[in-house]
Parts: sequence; C-alpha cells; structure tokens
Amino acid sequence: MKYKSQKVAYWFFALSMLLLVLQLTYGFIMGFARIGMDGLHEYIPFNTARAVHTNLLVVWLLSGFMGAAYYIIPEEAQRELVSVKLAYVQLITLALVGVAAIIGFHFNIWEGRKFLEIPRPLDYLVVLNVLLFLALILLTLFKGKRKTTTALVLSMGLLFAALLYLPGMLPFDSQVTDSFFRWWVVHLWVEGVWELIMGGILAFLLIKLTGVDREVIEKWLYVIVGLTFLSGVLGTGHHYYYIGVNKIWLVVGGIFSALEPLAFLAMALFAVNMYRKGEKKHPNKIALFWTLGAAIVSFVGAGLLGFAHTLPQTNLYTHGTLVTAMHAHLAFWGAYAMIVLAIISYSLPNMTGRKLYDGTRGRVAFWTANIGMIGMTMAFGVAGVAQVYLERKFGMEFMAVQKEISIHFIVLIICASLFTIGILTYIYDFYKHGLPTDEAMETEENKFL
Amino acid sequence: MLSKQQARAFFLVGTFVTFLIFIGLTIYSFSDGQDQTNYENITAQVVRGKHIWEKNNCMGCHTILGEGAYYAPELTKVIERRGEGYVKAVLMSPVPWAPNDRKMVAYGFSEEEALDVIAFFNWIGEIDLNGFERIVSPLAKDKQLTNN
Repeated sequence: MKYKSQKVAYWFFALSMLLLVLQLTYGFIMGFARIGMDGLHEYIPFNTARAVHTNLLVVWLLSGFMGAAYYIIPEEAQRELVSVKLAYVQLITLALVGVAAIIGFHFNIWEGRKFLEIPRPLDYLVVLNVLLFLALILLTLFKGKRKTTTALVLSMGLLFAALLYLPGMLPFDSQVTDSFFRWWVVHLWVEGVWELIMGGILAFLLIKLTGVDREVIEKWLYVIVGLTFLSGVLGTGHHYYYIGVNKIWLVVGGIFSALEPLAFLAMALFAVNMYRKGEKKHPNKIALFWTLGAAIVSFVGAGLLGFAHTLPQTNLYTHGTLVTAMHAHLAFWGAYAMIVLAIISYSLPNMTGRKLYDGTRGRVAFWTANIGMIGMTMAFGVAGVAQVYLERKFGMEFMAVQKEISIHFIVLIICASLFTIGILTYIYDFYKHGLPTDEAMETEENKFL
Repeated sequence: MLSKQQARAFFLVGTFVTFLIFIGLTIYSFSDGQDQTNYENITAQVVRGKHIWEKNNCMGCHTILGEGAYYAPELTKVIERRGEGYVKAVLMSPVPWAPNDRKMVAYGFSEEEALDVIAFFNWIGEIDLNGFERIVSPLAKDKQLTNN
C-alpha cells in the first residue's frame, strides 16, 4: 500500500464478503426447494430467493469492483483519493440501498424484471451512489500525476457500466421491447463493460505480480478489450433470437457471439504468458492463483460454455432451460467473482501488513471453492441437457421433467456445500488478516508487502 | 509487431464501428414493417396484465418468451396449452397452487386482475418467435403432425 486512502478498499471488500455469504444462503434455499424441501416457501418463496440471489451477486461484485478501484486508482494516479470521507459515505449508502432492496424483495416490492428487480425509487439512489463513486475515482485520476492505460480502462469500464444502467429504466408497454432494452443493461454489462473492469484489474495484478513491463501488458489489454467489444456488442443478438424481434439477429448474434470466446481465450493466454515471461517472483502466490484462475476459468465458463449454447440452432432448444444456469454459474464465478477474490488476496496483506499468503488456508480455499463450483456447473449441465431432451424434444410436461432431474439437484447441493466450505475458508482468512493500518505503508525495505 | 498505438486504435475503431452497427440494427428492428409482436393489439388490459406480471415478479419462477427462472413452467403458450379457465383458477386461488408438489404463491387475484394477466398471455401467445413458439408448445402444429 502506497497511499493511506487505499485503506477504504478494505471496507468495500468486507461488505462484499458479507453479501457473498448471504448470496450463498439464498442459493441453498433455492437448491433445497428444487428437491421438494420448501419449508420456507411461506416466508421466502422461490422468486424472492432468486431475486435476492442474483441481486446480491451484482451488489457484492460491484462493491468488489469499487473496492478494487479505490485501491488501484490512487496507486496508478500516484496520489491520495480526493476524499476519503465521501468514499465512506458512498460505501454506507451502497450498503443501505442494497439492504433496502433485499428486504423489499421479501415483501413483494420489486420490479419483476430479471436481474433488474430493484424497485424504481431505489434505482435513482443507485444512480446517485454510482455518480458519487465515479466522481471520486475520476477526479483522483485526473488530478493524479499519471494517467495509465490500466487506470483508464478500469475507469472507462466503471463509467460505461453506470451509463448502461439507464436503458433498463425506460418504460415500455411491450414485453418484447422491454426485454430488448433490458439486455442492453444485462448483456452489455457482463459481456461488455464489466470485461473492461476485469481487464483493468487483471492488468494491474499482472503488472504487480509478474513484473512484466507495463507497456507490454497494457498493449495486450487494448487488444483484449478490443476483441471483447468487437464480439460482445453485436453478440447481444444471441438474446434476441427468440423473443419476438427480427430474424436478422439470428445471423448477427450467431456470428458475433461465436466470436466471443476469442476475447476470453486471449485473456487466458495473455495472463499465462505474462506469468511465464515474468521475472519477478512476488511472494503472494495465492493472489497469483486467483489471478491466473480468473483468466482460465472465465475462458471455460464464459467462453466455452457460452459457446456451447450460443448458436441459434442450439439455442432454439436450450433457450429458457437450466443449460443457461450451467453457463451463468461458471461464467460469473470465473470472470468476476474470481477477479474480485484475486484483488482482495493481493491487496489485503498490503493494507493490513499481515503476510498470511504462505499458509495453506489460502490454497485450501482456492481449490475447494473451484472444485465445488465445477461440480455445481456439471450438475446444472446434466440437469439442463436432460431437460432439453425430455421437455423440448420428447414433449414431456414441465413438472414431470423436473421430477426426473431432481437427483441432479442433490448433487448440486453437495457440490455447493463444498464450494461454500471454500468460500468460508477464504472469508476466515480475510478475517485473520485483521484491520487495515497505516503501519502497512510501503517503504523501500518492505516493498513486497 | 503490433504497437501500443495500433492496439489502442483497434480497440477504439472496433468498438465504435460495432456500436454504430448495433444502433443501426436496433433502429431497423423497430422500424415499420418489422414488427412480429402485433403491437397494435396491446390494449390497456394487456398493459395492466404486464404490470401485474412485473409487480409480482412472476419471472422469478416462470419463464416467458424463454426468459426468467426455470423453477416453474414456461408461460408463452400457456393459454393454448391449459385454457383460460385453468389459468384463471390458478391466478385466483386463495391457497398455494401445487399440482405437482411445487408450490406457487397464493396471489388470490380478483377476477379482473386474472383477466388482465390472461389478456397479457394471449398477446404473448401470438408473437412470432422465429420458430421458438413451436418448441415451447406441445400443442404446436408441427408437433401434432409428428405425434400423428
């Protein structure tokens, strides 16, 4: 840690960890409901559990991205944050808006649009909160001594993420138009600007962990984010195949979303090559695990598993089935959750001064969580493929199929338990690092802290 | 070998061009003559039905147009499949509807509200979904031919 104000990041990361645990809890509620154990139905019906599960994912990842930005931007811009107090105000309001939305979901207060369930009045507060965040980050960047590509890509990702929230707030009478523009938010976030954020964090971590020249890393960062947008923007079309809009999207979406794995492949190759090229042997190996892991698992989860059902001929049968849940779990885990856990693993010892990365706990957390998530993905995949054949090919009734595939949800719960053990181990490690302190400031003697 | 400036130009130009094409295709999709939804059939009742659909987060369990959660049946062709009477009974049920042990929240809608939601489903059921309508409905014409 080079600047005192970077400590703000710790509290954003702590909020992320708390919300992640809650997200997993609601995931279990859904998993058990699927095998008939729905004792909580009266208080937490499936639609509530699902809205909480997905919205908590978004909020904990955003909190993680914001924490990452508060840690990275001062170091890249070589100056303190413009206002630490306002950063704390932003943190507290983010937490309050998130908690208010989650509580509201339990009382049937929501918008009922997939992923954008937060009710409209809270949407405006989200916008205000994000504007405050952007103001702090961008002012710090522009007042800073240098404007690096890494910082610019990260900030651009955060800025566009905020702008793209707006089309989701447009009212439409037609379900089709509503859905069309809802994907402008959801798709262009996760397969567009969030990849800029991921790329920015990845580049920062690779510069720090491998010691490869910044110019080389940032050049490839441009190539990767270029590929992301080249394929991802028109790749939005894969959401438009079968929702009631023009057939032209079958062609455009088919071609460009088939190219989407290239960006993830480039990211994986880039990360692995930079690691091989690097001469610096940073002692924080566990941060390196998460960093390389994010690049590789995102290629498998977002790239390959996305490709598995992105062609129109396949998607005709898989659209609206558990195959989507298979892809979504590994994609979000690899691309976004792991990169947040990577930046936390890297920055935590720097903020607290405790070098706990030599212990086995970090590795146990990494492998247990990853093996658990791969198991979950496979359980969803088998259930999804079975659903496609039974329901869509053989015309069986929805619930008859659900009963046939319920065994896979027992496997899912077992794998999710393993995953949760990994996450809890990670959080215990987070807790053991203690609180951030100014004593952890970097000096010439302790440069690798 | 690619320089950093060339890489940046690739990023900026690529993004700008694809985004322009994306906007162009969006305008084209919503231009006259491209409508596949029978937009003119969206009545005030259909809009009220959509509002009820959203207000109660039906998408949190069901899918419609293949979008939503995968816990309860796809409702794109539900009226064709079940008939209005059945759907109305489910919507107005004062106790949780659980025909296969999987519970639905007992919304206990009024008859007017139930008819609004049915109007919404009827409008949804007529949309040209580029072939998906034949996949989601066991009553689809080509499936009946196969079954015969």
